Amino acid sequence: MLTLNASQLDEFFALIEKKRELYLPVENKTGKSEYKRWVEGDKYSTALRTVKSAKNFFFAKSENLYDLKMDHKNVEVIDTREDIKEFVIFGVRGCDVKSFDILDNVYLQDPVDTYYKNRRDHGLVISMACSKPATTCFCALFDIDATSPNGDIQAWNVEDKFYFNPLTEKGDAFVEEFKECFTDEDSKPVEKQKEETLNIIERLPFVNLNMEGFGVEDKLKAIFDRPEWEDLSSTCIGCGTCTYVCPTCQCFDIKDFNVGDGSIKRFRCWDSCMYSDFTQMAAANPRLTQTARFRQRFMHKLVYYPIKNEGIYGCVGCGRCLVSCPVQMNIVKVIKAMGDN
Amino acid sequence: MQSEIIKRTVELFNSEEIVRAIGWRKGDFDYDLNPSIFKSSEDLEKNFVYNDFSSANLSKFLIKISQKEDGKTLVFLKSCDTYSFNSLLQEHRISRDKIYIIGVPCEENLDPSKIKAALGEDVLSMSCDGETVTVETLDGTKTISKSEVILDRCLACKSRKHVVYDELFGEEGEVLDSKRFDQVEILENMKPEERYSFWRTELSRCIGCNACRDICPACTCEKCVFDNRDSGVENKVATNDFEENMFHIIRAFHVAGRCTDCGECSRVCPEDIPLHLLNRKFIKDINEFYGNYQAGDDIETLAPLTRFDAVDVEPSIVKTRENVK
Repeated sequence: MLTLNASQLDEFFALIEKKRELYLPVENKTGKSEYKRWVEGDKYSTALRTVKSAKNFFFAKSENLYDLKMDHKNVEVIDTREDIKEFVIFGVRGCDVKSFDILDNVYLQDPVDTYYKNRRDHGLVISMACSKPATTCFCALFDIDATSPNGDIQAWNVEDKFYFNPLTEKGDAFVEEFKECFTDEDSKPVEKQKEETLNIIERLPFVNLNMEGFGVEDKLKAIFDRPEWEDLSSTCIGCGTCTYVCPTCQCFDIKDFNVGDGSIKRFRCWDSCMYSDFTQMAAANPRLTQTARFRQRFMHKLVYYPIKNEGIYGCVGCGRCLVSCPVQMNIVKVIKAMGDN
Repeated sequence: MQSEIIKRTVELFNSEEIVRAIGWRKGDFDYDLNPSIFKSSEDLEKNFVYNDFSSANLSKFLIKISQKEDGKTLVFLKSCDTYSFNSLLQEHRISRDKIYIIGVPCEENLDPSKIKAALGEDVLSMSCDGETVTVETLDGTKTISKSEVILDRCLACKSRKHVVYDELFGEEGEVLDSKRFDQVEILENMKPEERYSFWRTELSRCIGCNACRDICPACTCEKCVFDNRDSGVENKVATNDFEENMFHIIRAFHVAGRCTDCGECSRVCPEDIPLHLLNRKFIKDINEFYGNYQAGDDIETLAPLTRFDAVDVEPSIVKTRENVK
């Protein structure tokens, strides 16, 4: 397997950055980790997860769609799409890599979202296997193997060495391009780490939750009508924390910004089904109560999405909502309450 | 303490004094308690938890839960939470006669993220016995000194006094000399460009989730101006990062003189932005300009920014600080 010594990592990053834009998790001043554009001196953070997921690279928090130039009765539509440079995201965990598939199912289906596709086409994902999962991790519940993540290239960090295995054509081309960086070594340490990590994953508390009843069309109405929604949502404060840290939340709003000089910028931005003005229609948000909004979020992930997507759930078990929700309500608690666990 | 609290609350349920209670509900770990409504004594006996992680300030939930429902609602309040309660009362957001308060004693709360940062994320349970926190992990039992993992806001606790309650567990506490303005002073003594850079760095992490606003007991507008499409300032996304930063400064202005310094904004921020320092700066300035004032101390005193005295500082006077470098 291709390897690289940890001591050569910065050199490797510098080489990548010469040809592409490189993004990777770096520790910020709070000690937590966040994706940022690599600059000389940045140290790759081996933290288990970044506060925000990696979805921003493909599904941007906000993005200009086009400009409208207004001149009396004439409206000119100007394509403002920027050329996107080739970029590399390094160190994406298995759960976050899986989230890209979930977003792809939405954005690359007909009609293809060309803004999303443009970013997707220009990005290369180097994933990173987990070796120290948290008790709030439950990717295994959704058949994700954190010890062998997907991506264009999968990687492992065992002690002071990094191991790489390309999985796609794009990945092959990349390792070929940077072949002078790698040496070829035995992959035994990787196998050993995988085994040890799988051992831990087996003992995580949420990897065997009962998912029966979710994601099935004929149970949809029954789950929708469950009385538990009321209690589970009773102290939901309606903020967007869960939505914004979630790697699979995919809703956006389209808005106009009046620049004031006769032109209007039409942009889209992340939206949250937890917000009172989500899917605002002529009258109002059709979901009038926080309970209805709360239910929507979990129904989407656990019922609607899998019904539409061959049983794949709209959750990857990254555990971010378990960590970040201000009132400690989360998808695990919902699954437990609804799924007869 | 937990069992005594439960015992008493069950009595109140049984005597029909109360019809529901707002408390902390058991989670999957010791630290992930969900603020929740208990509608029966059975539910309470089984699922109510009062421990070192009962950090959530329950007072704001009373607006939604006690106001629109019949019967009396019981709420458990720690000393700092009682200040928020008084503020809500003073602003007529809740009715005193619909609420029964049990004051619960509070030592410092613990910060689960500090514990995880120190001992690893494979935590199964956490408990504190005096000065030592014991953590069960997948890797075995670990311990850490309590002093290392106290919630930041509790390190600058302003008061152990419950300013309002119907009954109190434990001893009556006192207002403390919290030294809570020390950090504000550090910021005040920075050069403007340093301070600007400090806040730009901190606020640059904001993800715009609104958790700080939505948890804040002083932010109780039915419809926030920033959620109102017709306001022209709705902020689902900011035009630029400076505008995003401004949101927090504007919010601090909105709660100036009303913020009790409960610290929930910083506690719930997923990006650990020290938002409370903005509010605390206002509190400090108000104290200096108008005399000491603690929001929520009582419900009679008018807030400095809602009354006028002839001796009030003139807005045109820019206060100069002696120790500005």
